[in-house]
Amino acid sequence: MDNSRAGLGPSWAWLILIAILAGWPFLGMPNHLESLLYVVFFWITLATSWNLMSGYSGYFSFGHGAFFGVGMYGMSTFAGKFGFGFWPSAFLSGICASILALALGALVFRLKKIRGESFALITLAVTFVLATLIVNTPIDGGPGVYLMGVQVPLLGPSPSSSFYLLGFFMVVASVWSSRALFYSQSGLGLLAIHDDEDVAEVHGVPTFGLKMKAFALSGFFAGLMGSIHALYVSYVTVSETFSITVPLTVVLMSILGGARQWAGPMLGAVLITFLLNAFTEGTSALYGRILIGVILTLSVLIMPEGLLGTWQAKQRKRNLQNKRTLSVDHDAVDHKGEQPSSTHDLNLRDLRLELTHAQNQAVQSASSVTQSDADGSESSTVVLELNGLCKYFAGIKALDGVHLNLRKGEILGLLGPNGSGKSTLINVVTGHLTPTAGSIKLLGQECAGQPAHLIRRIGVSRTYQIPRPFKGLTVLQNVLLSAQFGAHSISDKQAHQLALEWIEFTGLSAKKDDYPDELNLHQRKFLELARALAAQPAVIMLDEVLSGLTPSEIDTAVQTIRLIRSQGTSIVFVEHVMSAVMALSDRLVVLDQGRVIASGAPQDVMSQDVVVKAYLGDQSGVI
Amino acid sequence: MPSANLLLQSLAAGVFIGALYGLIGLGLSLGWGLLKQINLAHFAWVFLSAYLTYEFKSRLNVDPLISLLILIPAFAVIAILVQWLLASFAITPFNSLMATFGLAVSVEALIQLFWSADFRRMPSQYEDMKFHLGGVIVTYSEAITMLIALLASFGVWWVLSKTDTGKCIRASAEDADMARAFGINASKLSLGLAGVCGALAACAGVSVALTFTLAPSQIFAWIGVIFAVVMMGKLASPWAPLVAGLVIGISESMTMAITAPSWAPLVSFSLLIVILLMRRSHG
Repeated sequence: MDNSRAGLGPSWAWLILIAILAGWPFLGMPNHLESLLYVVFFWITLATSWNLMSGYSGYFSFGHGAFFGVGMYGMSTFAGKFGFGFWPSAFLSGICASILALALGALVFRLKKIRGESFALITLAVTFVLATLIVNTPIDGGPGVYLMGVQVPLLGPSPSSSFYLLGFFMVVASVWSSRALFYSQSGLGLLAIHDDEDVAEVHGVPTFGLKMKAFALSGFFAGLMGSIHALYVSYVTVSETFSITVPLTVVLMSILGGARQWAGPMLGAVLITFLLNAFTEGTSALYGRILIGVILTLSVLIMPEGLLGTWQAKQRKRNLQNKRTLSVDHDAVDHKGEQPSSTHDLNLRDLRLELTHAQNQAVQSASSVTQSDADGSESSTVVLELNGLCKYFAGIKALDGVHLNLRKGEILGLLGPNGSGKSTLINVVTGHLTPTAGSIKLLGQECAGQPAHLIRRIGVSRTYQIPRPFKGLTVLQNVLLSAQFGAHSISDKQAHQLALEWIEFTGLSAKKDDYPDELNLHQRKFLELARALAAQPAVIMLDEVLSGLTPSEIDTAVQTIRLIRSQGTSIVFVEHVMSAVMALSDRLVVLDQGRVIASGAPQDVMSQDVVVKAYLGDQSGVI
Repeated sequence: MPSANLLLQSLAAGVFIGALYGLIGLGLSLGWGLLKQINLAHFAWVFLSAYLTYEFKSRLNVDPLISLLILIPAFAVIAILVQWLLASFAITPFNSLMATFGLAVSVEALIQLFWSADFRRMPSQYEDMKFHLGGVIVTYSEAITMLIALLASFGVWWVLSKTDTGKCIRASAEDADMARAFGINASKLSLGLAGVCGALAACAGVSVALTFTLAPSQIFAWIGVIFAVVMMGKLASPWAPLVAGLVIGISESMTMAITAPSWAPLVSFSLLIVILLMRRSHG
């Protein structure tokens, strides 16, 4: 992986640390230290488990207390009431918390309105509802539950060392899982959801599934930790368990350490637990709380990215400066790299051939189905076929029965005045919006009503008129995400290579480790293009890629689009730069008020009266 | 099943606590809707104001209504200072929640430092003075709370919809940059608006001191139900928090009367969940 997501130090150092911490109790660790470290481990586990869902994906849950509480009461019920042993009770508690997470996720993760603050509130509300249910039912009944009778497995030389070791095991398991997730394809998907969930979905990220998986894992670890903690405190009450302290502390720890880092919550948990421990006696505990409040306020204001995030940003800036002052030669190479290479190497072709084999087969099978076109013109393969496509917004007909065919390797110019439905068409075909009626056949498969990420995998991708890159990901990660999620099955290595090839193709090689904010508009537009291409689409929809570019940049872009077509990709080209439209398009389709009013060869279409009227109004003939 | 008279008395209790919910919610809702801040410090100001009212009364024997005159400007100034701090950083609504939570934690600890974690109850003649209203006994405390809540909502409504300042505030909440382009001093308005929210917190604090037993942890205990009140209606609407407060207050007190008090949170939080799920997405 590239340096922006690199770990902290070599892995052998971590292994040695783990070995030391695991072996320490057997070499004689003071009991009070064991207990203190258990509390540290407890908070690391809770904060890390919160972060692997909420920190990565940006869905800040205030319901972590609910999962933790399910674990506490899971242990008190399974072990205390039913007499199950420690291990099955702990495992079942984790599973119960996971099930709660899945149930809650199923309820809210499909709703676009439940994001940000709404998600925080609804998870908090669920916590309080659960608390009310538990306090009023035999699970607790009001006075709390004592757990003296439950046997804690003796793992170390003393009872306190058992808790120490259990806690340490939880830390290793949760942090390792969180780290593995962070570096995995799913982790990249979650970070993209954080930046722009709608774009992530359109670029092939199965957002709902990923959120469910991460939430279930998050709940599992919190539940498991809760079940161990129930025995540690040995007396469980609703008011303590479901108080607002747990969710707020884990959020605080993660934000302080850095919520977009796997190690962030760990750092935050260690700092805050030791800080709290420094103030335990009477009034000094209060001074400690005052201090913590102030630290939280200031750290959120000054370092919204947390300690690790801020540190990494600083490191990056320093590296960048070093790089710039290092060599002038390098610059020369960079400039060369910015021109799109017309002869990109064989590697890319090979890879493409290999990857698009399945797609080509799909195209062939599709061609046998749709031999005859509605137009009756050329009988080449149709890759995209829209039939009677409608999209209504509360009575406004944005698309009103659109018929349209796109052939393999064709550049179709899509024209129309503002508000004619061009953008809606792209949004509907790529699955961001669900059509009101009609069918969308992509490579012979019906796409209408399918989730956007599946449509992307069948083979259509898009660019945005105003670039919408994932701001927290580097250029390389942006493109890599598309390569990974756009294809059905692709190895990490293949995806990585593919991403690099397309970055080179769009002339962004020198910028691959930069963040989108550091690019100019031209480069951002090319990033959009690289991202769309990296998914190996059969059809690519370009939404005003040329708008806002200088004439020379437009020339470069036009050449690039020709190159894309020469590889067999079909292009739907929405554009207002008429010279480019006339130069590039094989065929034009003109939309007006959601209907196709003209289609055919560019010169013929542009001279038609209806087209002139749609653009200039009825008076144009008079003038 | 409880008697009809008891139910009626519960209904009245629900109405008065609902008015208090609405009063606390109003300041939060204005800040959320117009300043785009989820200000948890609002709860801290409410309880700090309540403790000060208690202190003035029990130590110096100052009438709570007189305290109000001191507390309103004091909390307006505090809120303006906090707004000035927050405004000097580009802050998302969610981060404002975290930052102001930090303030709330500090204030809670501060309150505990001065007044300890014990329960405090303000001795007040308004609690003992009662009148009958259609078979229901109403204390002056409750009547005062209701009056303050109504006046606050009316005042906010009048400013927002009848004055030029109100129109400027609404315009800059809609699009601050555009409002600036039209010569509206948006940052000055935000400071003023924050001051209003602080003043509302002071009023709510006096009402809390009049009708409730105080404890520092109450700051966080109220968050859930007030959020339910705020989210139920439209943000920054002058009357919505009051109406939502009444709905939740009444449903809670009826639940308490019919079942047990421990079931009451179920109603408000289930309502909040349902509202969040049913609400139409904004933007």
